[in-house]
Amino acid sequence: MLGNLAVQALSGLASAASLFLVAAGLTVIFGVTRIVNFAHGSFYMLGAYLGWTLATNLPRGHVPFWGGVVLAAVIVGLVGVVVELLLLRRIYKAPELFQLLATFGVVLVVQDAALWIWGPQDLLGPRAPGLRGAVYIFDSRFPLYDLVLIGIGIAVFLLLWLLFQRTRFGILVRAATADREMVGALGVNQRLLFTGVFFLGSALAGLAGALQVPRESVNLQMDLAIIAEAFVVVVVGGLGSLPGAALAALLLGQMQAFGILVFPQITLVLVFLVMAAVLVVRPYGLLGRAPAGHAASLHIVEPPIAPLSPRGRLVAAVALGLAMLAPLVLADYALVVMTEICVAILFAATLHFIMGPGGMASFGHAAYFGIGAYGAALLVKHLAAPMELSLLAAPFAAGIAGLAFGWFCVRLSGVYAAMLTMAFAQIAWSTAFQWVAFTGGDNGILGVWPPAWAVPKPVQAWGALVLCLGGAFLLRRMIFAPFGAALRAQRDSVLRAEAIGIDTMRTRWFAFAIAAAFAGLAGGLFAFTKGSVFPTYMNISRSTDGLLMVLLGGVQTVTGPIIGAIAYTGLHEQLLRLTDLWRAVLGAIIIALVLFFPRGLAGLGAKQ
Amino acid sequence: MLRVTELHAHYGRAHILQGVSLHVRPGEIHVLLGRNGAGKSTTMKAVMGLVPPTSGGVEFLGQPIAGLEPFEVARRGLGYVPEERRVFAELSVAENLEVGRRRPREGLAPWTVERVCAVFPSLAAMLKRPGGRMSGGEQQMLTIGRTLMGNPCLVLLDEPSEGLAPVIVDRMAEAVRALRDEGMSILLSEQNWHFARRVGDTASIIEKGAIVWHGTMQALLADDEVRARYLTV
Repeated sequence: MLGNLAVQALSGLASAASLFLVAAGLTVIFGVTRIVNFAHGSFYMLGAYLGWTLATNLPRGHVPFWGGVVLAAVIVGLVGVVVELLLLRRIYKAPELFQLLATFGVVLVVQDAALWIWGPQDLLGPRAPGLRGAVYIFDSRFPLYDLVLIGIGIAVFLLLWLLFQRTRFGILVRAATADREMVGALGVNQRLLFTGVFFLGSALAGLAGALQVPRESVNLQMDLAIIAEAFVVVVVGGLGSLPGAALAALLLGQMQAFGILVFPQITLVLVFLVMAAVLVVRPYGLLGRAPAGHAASLHIVEPPIAPLSPRGRLVAAVALGLAMLAPLVLADYALVVMTEICVAILFAATLHFIMGPGGMASFGHAAYFGIGAYGAALLVKHLAAPMELSLLAAPFAAGIAGLAFGWFCVRLSGVYAAMLTMAFAQIAWSTAFQWVAFTGGDNGILGVWPPAWAVPKPVQAWGALVLCLGGAFLLRRMIFAPFGAALRAQRDSVLRAEAIGIDTMRTRWFAFAIAAAFAGLAGGLFAFTKGSVFPTYMNISRSTDGLLMVLLGGVQTVTGPIIGAIAYTGLHEQLLRLTDLWRAVLGAIIIALVLFFPRGLAGLGAKQ
Repeated sequence: MLRVTELHAHYGRAHILQGVSLHVRPGEIHVLLGRNGAGKSTTMKAVMGLVPPTSGGVEFLGQPIAGLEPFEVARRGLGYVPEERRVFAELSVAENLEVGRRRPREGLAPWTVERVCAVFPSLAAMLKRPGGRMSGGEQQMLTIGRTLMGNPCLVLLDEPSEGLAPVIVDRMAEAVRALRDEGMSILLSEQNWHFARRVGDTASIIEKGAIVWHGTMQALLADDEVRARYLTV
């Protein structure tokens, strides 16, 4: 018993060690550059793949093995430098969401690059030389390598501590974390500092990845799996705080280790619940501080949105008329794409509603899409409810979830709010994934078919057109209604909005819930057109799909999300048909977009 | 030494500087006087490159520096002490000074921690204290010391007396004059007339983003009418 507990605590420490290595790099990079680097998980994955290649190709022995680990870390550090020099350096002044998207573009490119170089299969590396065995603690076995990993974690923490306390580079990094403009005014070239920090942070991620090779197989899912956990560690610890990252990694490692013993069903949920709880009590994390000088703002100040001009109305009416006639002539495949586009438009419009007029960021909007889809599908599966009733239930389920999650999210701002929305989406995703008896887990729920009258594709296309465009239209009306005016007022200035009697928190909260409800409707429709639901409906990729549509269209235009949804869904569809490397192409397009058209496609049109 | 000609700057659409011209000669303290919101701090920031000037020229040691990045301006020997002080709160006093340290400049006696402590003796006893746990006066001394560690030829001092107790203001005035006596050139912005008259050699008055008067401090002392028009609240 005692041995079991000790081993459990030690394996918690071992996972805390690797989590700390990844999170330390992420937090240091954020502290100095203020970039939330989604690609950090990709650097971790690259480290693992490079570590595997070096470990399998170099001769056996202590020196080649550990030399390979260090070499992998250095190479990944250099990759980080290249990304910083070519991409991030150009967008340090862009709004945070664009930076996030750009780094997500890097994630997609790295995923396909890894697939292309190393192939789709899981790779098993050799064990570390001389560390195959186990030690016995009160009769319980504990892998020797994990013990070494704990030691490495502690050693790296101490080295980083020395670096930040005792060297000029470290002092400059800490100063820049607090106030980088002042550091520049004192004659420090920030570019060198940023590049240096990127090297350090990326190399740490690479080191963590390479150190995983003897423990587990290397695969293409490592990047997003680790980045979600690393975000939690960094946010719980406080963005930019190294001791905070260490503390949070310890906390999380132990929680996962003992969570498996106590609540094996909800280990994934537990992690994100703790994060939500910490953020509500301490909005800047355990050891974090409110950022000074440069407040985290996620929107650009734009001229007020205007209703459509008469010409715009005419164009919209003609487009709508054509769309309504299209099901009469189009083939089934085209109608499926059209239905998907309609669902995407509603989904993008709901996300735009909170981001544009609301001024809030959501990194987990897929949660409400997915909860709507699952709400409808579960009614069908467990209660054999008819489609009409299930479709009605979808927005209710998502709206209630929006009220519950939104209550927390609207209390935070900037990156922290975005991270909290992501945490809630991960909670929803983990529930669908782990609660196999109720949700079917990874296999999803199949057989969510519409009744006979709604099976023909034209009927589905018309249904989607009416419900989705109707929903988007209602949202649009709301933006111009008094509620929308209040929403936009609090976005532009919370203080001034409060001064004229607007309850800003409640306004944001209701907007969040309304958007969630409509996203749920989109999800419910999607479930019936596909005939099934899966946990992927609420994963990070789907949330970023929504973000891409909104940003592609331009955040501060009302027609933006519609254009963005059509463009993105069309592009996605075409890429899937044309090339196996569609992720890389998509990633490259995202990067190019952020670099060259930071106002989105609709903004481009408006400018000319 | 520092010559600003017809400098314009905007914050968004607001036209803050509407043609500021001034001249600081080697070894003198030039005081930029003006009421709250007249454009004193923005002038300093525009010279430093922290607010990009929209038009006009800034010449330092005979070289144009408008359009350079703040770190390049600083490296050419222009030190900047911000009004808000911007001490790195979690760094110790010694570390704050280290952030400011730059290579010695040819022909100038290099600044060291010891030399800074000689000018501001109270810093010597608190080198290990975090910057966030100091009084306003101590933080002001630290920011000036931090800038001096960069071995500047000219220092932009933005309202050094703001929010300080009268005793500390006196000490600050002594320190500023001592710096001038060692050969440092200083452009000092101030709305506290009593502080300004004690340290300034020459002065300019800024009003609504433009210079409305300039001359020697003696001339300003003698001109009650100008002072009444531009400086009294």
